[in-house]
Amino acid sequence: MKPPAFEYRVAESVEAAVAMLAEAGGEAKVLAGGQSLVPMLNFRLLRPAILVDINRIPGLAYIKEEGRAIRVGALTRHYQLETSPVIAAHLPVLHAAMAHVAHLAIRNRGTIGGSLTHADPAAELPMMALLLDAVIGIESPKGRRTVAAREFFLGALSVALEADELVTEVAFPKLPPNTRWGFEEVSRRHGDFALTAVGVTLTVADGTIAEARIAIAGADEKARRASEAELLLKGQALEPKLLDAACDATRACVNPNTDLHASSDYRRHLVGVLTGKALGAAWKRA
Amino acid sequence: MTHTIKLTVNGTAYERAVEPRLLLADFLRGTLGLTGTHLGCEHGVCGACTVLVDGDSTRSCLLFAVQLDGAAIETVESLGTLNNLNPLQEAFREHHALQCGFCTPGMLMTATDLLRKYPLATDEQIREGLSGNLCRCTGYEHIVAAVRAARDAR
Repeated sequence: MKPPAFEYRVAESVEAAVAMLAEAGGEAKVLAGGQSLVPMLNFRLLRPAILVDINRIPGLAYIKEEGRAIRVGALTRHYQLETSPVIAAHLPVLHAAMAHVAHLAIRNRGTIGGSLTHADPAAELPMMALLLDAVIGIESPKGRRTVAAREFFLGALSVALEADELVTEVAFPKLPPNTRWGFEEVSRRHGDFALTAVGVTLTVADGTIAEARIAIAGADEKARRASEAELLLKGQALEPKLLDAACDATRACVNPNTDLHASSDYRRHLVGVLTGKALGAAWKRA
Repeated sequence: MTHTIKLTVNGTAYERAVEPRLLLADFLRGTLGLTGTHLGCEHGVCGACTVLVDGDSTRSCLLFAVQLDGAAIETVESLGTLNNLNPLQEAFREHHALQCGFCTPGMLMTATDLLRKYPLATDEQIREGLSGNLCRCTGYEHIVAAVRAARDAR
């Protein structure tokens, strides 16, 4: 339960960090909050030759409102996100989800960049990035690129990131006007990984749903959107029959695992129940 | 290769050469001899090793000492002494919030951060705040009662 030996390097800038990653040619890991990485090191599931510590890079932890987006620096700790008035005002569904992210001591340390890059299928932040159509800013020695959350998550603990790339920012588009939201999660203990969590937004115009977004965590090899259910809801009012159909469609699109904590069937059942609750809450929310 | 770090622990300045893979928990216990911090699971689940780093509760099994050049660490040894318990420790004693005591240092440091951040923590916030710390003896009720009493005494 002690980590293997590694070489420790401190990056003082993004340029220095990506240069170190490029030089290491895949033998390095980025050390941000370390709340997923260090357990994996302690278990010796990973044996990187080098850790590049990015915690001392100035200006990489911020939450700012800029035009139509809320920009969050990759080193922003979960606790900052949870307690940010900007997030509470503009992205209330993310604010609600943050209360479920791990425990206080983990939230003090864990970062949004780390959570997205680690891409645990049951974690809230990848699911929120997917729900809110976030755009992920990535730097490398070749320059800066952005990638939509939909294209970023490839599978369990797998993202579209090259060995010399570093996530530096997550941009969340603000919610469109008249957008309501719901977030529901079931976990064994508050702060534990979700057995299943569902987040929704409903943009409502003239009493009908102009746009629905439904994202699910913990019920597949990665967080996913329920595209068929979203289409069903579009242009409709949320009548009980439609709600049932949307829950059925959401349940049908997931492929949950069985593990120590819950069976596949139970998780699929939860997806239906939580989708119904989240949609119902969103529809009722003024 | 070792790196030299300078940091303070409970207000005392230390300068030590450390191997990169040395966890903060092992630095505190092994290098500095501050064995009040307990190590349970060593992967961030049990909370026994929780200390404060620059004021924030943190798992000392998930941090490397080498990262902490310039940091201010607070451990359970900073709270009170055997004959002069601090109010939170006194509340733990009063409410029988410990039996074997293994989880207690982590509980105390977590509750310290909790009550600093949320001085008016509701009972639910206290339960949520302690939810990352495992206790196998008390069934938690007494621990919650102690933190509640410490909150009310402030």
